[in-house]
Amino acid sequence: MSTRVDTAPAEGVFPPEDLLSRDIRMRDVTRDVVAPTERFPNAMWWAAFLIANGMLGVGAYTIYLLLVRGQGIFGLQIPVGWAFDITNFVFWVGIGHAGTLISAILYLLRQKWRTAVNRSAEAMTIFAVMTAGIFPLLHTGRQWLGFWLMPYPNHRLLWVNFRSPLLWDVFAVSTYLTISLLFWYTGLVPDFATIRDRGRSLLRKKIFGALSLGWTGSARDWNHYEKAYLLFAGMATALVLSVHTVVSYDFASSIIPGWHTTLFPPYFVARAIFSGFAMVVTLLIIMRRMFRLEHLITIGHLELMNKIILVTGLMVGFSYCTEFFIAWYSENPFEQYVFLNRAFRPFAWAFWIMFVCNAVVPQVFFFKRMRRSLPVMFVVSILVNVGMWFERFNIIVTSLHRDFLPSSWDTFIPTIYDFGWTIGAFGLFFTLFLLFVRFFPVIAMAEMKAGLPNLAGKGKAAQHG
Amino acid sequence: MAKPSAAVIGLFDTPDSILHAAAAARTKGWRGLDAVTPFPVHGMEHALGLGMSWVPYVTLGMGLLGGLAGMVLQIWTSAVDWPLNVGGKPFVSWPAFVPVMFECAILIGGIATFIAMWMACRLPKARPRIHDERLTDDHFALVVPLAEGVAEMDVIEFLKGAGAHEVRRVDQ
Repeated sequence: MSTRVDTAPAEGVFPPEDLLSRDIRMRDVTRDVVAPTERFPNAMWWAAFLIANGMLGVGAYTIYLLLVRGQGIFGLQIPVGWAFDITNFVFWVGIGHAGTLISAILYLLRQKWRTAVNRSAEAMTIFAVMTAGIFPLLHTGRQWLGFWLMPYPNHRLLWVNFRSPLLWDVFAVSTYLTISLLFWYTGLVPDFATIRDRGRSLLRKKIFGALSLGWTGSARDWNHYEKAYLLFAGMATALVLSVHTVVSYDFASSIIPGWHTTLFPPYFVARAIFSGFAMVVTLLIIMRRMFRLEHLITIGHLELMNKIILVTGLMVGFSYCTEFFIAWYSENPFEQYVFLNRAFRPFAWAFWIMFVCNAVVPQVFFFKRMRRSLPVMFVVSILVNVGMWFERFNIIVTSLHRDFLPSSWDTFIPTIYDFGWTIGAFGLFFTLFLLFVRFFPVIAMAEMKAGLPNLAGKGKAAQHG
Repeated sequence: MAKPSAAVIGLFDTPDSILHAAAAARTKGWRGLDAVTPFPVHGMEHALGLGMSWVPYVTLGMGLLGGLAGMVLQIWTSAVDWPLNVGGKPFVSWPAFVPVMFECAILIGGIATFIAMWMACRLPKARPRIHDERLTDDHFALVVPLAEGVAEMDVIEFLKGAGAHEVRRVDQ
């Protein structure tokens, strides 16, 4: 798995000896990363792809029924007007945040280990945000009028309401998707050029030649490219912090007890990063095995990500406790009731799944052996995402089903179709991700080569900055 | 000045060796030097004497413009074109417009950066000049154009001396 070698500590906080072996040369990176895109995929890929397609089929059928029959197929009913749809939306937008954190914030912090994981994490971001966007759009009821969300001069002589957080969401999520896509593509261009120059067939040369835009790697181009990449990282950093903040405004700017809190923006961001990192770990464990990339995405890399899961998990656990404290301290009976209701009344099971999975389970990562154990981290990463899904369910449903007046209380019972499109979302996400790993370079080759330990030290003579 | 039609390239194995070669070649007064590398070699912009990229100015300008446009759009639609009283709040309730203004700044700034970067690189190109197919894998090339007064033999000698393991003449 990981090879221990002695190297001088390179830049960054973490010693590299645990990550990439000194034996890995530049051409090994090219060969091993490009190889999976050049051969017929293995049985493991096909099995995963077929399962993902099946799940996608379930989702497509559910959406077909939704379009034909309408919202009534779901369990939504007053007072619970938001349930699985918005839960799924918040869940998937949150998943995306880890990718942006890895690609942007860790880039600005000069964390070189990110090069093993950033490409696939960025892909994850894009697919997760695409998946997320489907839910509010389909939830609008008349989906074919979705373009009304955009402010444009129209025959109705109406404008959108810019004072609504739901509209802020439209802008935040669409900007997030656009910038993530541009950032990702920019990173891919030099790697597309690498694949073009390997030129196994004329068709591959043509396709990747077009995708690479004619990139050659001239120093003049790198000069502009690096500046632009830095700027993208800066902009994406602003988005990591802002997108889930805006999503949390959907709740925080309302007056429903359990939603109306200033704690939401920072906690939503921490929770998003927490769930996203768990998803990255789940995907990488499968992917590195599927394509035999264990020497490029090492246990050391996974351990670093598990540390981030631990830290953000502590923040999440702390936020749960703070919410209860503030409810008690506020002396607001409605606020207090919401939290008692969450923990001990009809939806207590959802609360405790959330609490155990998010606040208790990640504690195992305090132990180095656990952080470095593949089975342990696989189980933990999945449990974290189960917990994070239930967290959104918990916030949305338990706050809505019992608000101020007991006479308006009711419960929420999902229908089979609620589960149908939830499964479909996972199907869509995994299908897109599997297509990505099949056709695109899953590791940022150019960036990884620049940080190989067998180059470190040699480049010291270079004038930095 | 017309671009010389031919150049000599030297292939190197490490970023370090090409960096030294580039810096040394520049002191010889050769103009139009370029390096082709599989990843950005730090310090190369200084070694070759390339100026700072102008892309950040585009980002700044277009980002500010995007934010301004976002704010103007919101104020105009909410207070001028169709003033709608929402909960008795003022028409120009600017704090509520900040999130969309911010997103517009990032969106326009980001798209502009993307376009400006490719324009700066003069890409996309249908037929890029690829000197060697290993240059996107693990080789580093220093390209010395044969301008007037630059003797081919001098350049070849220099590149070999600087540690290039392969030197040849190419058409530009």
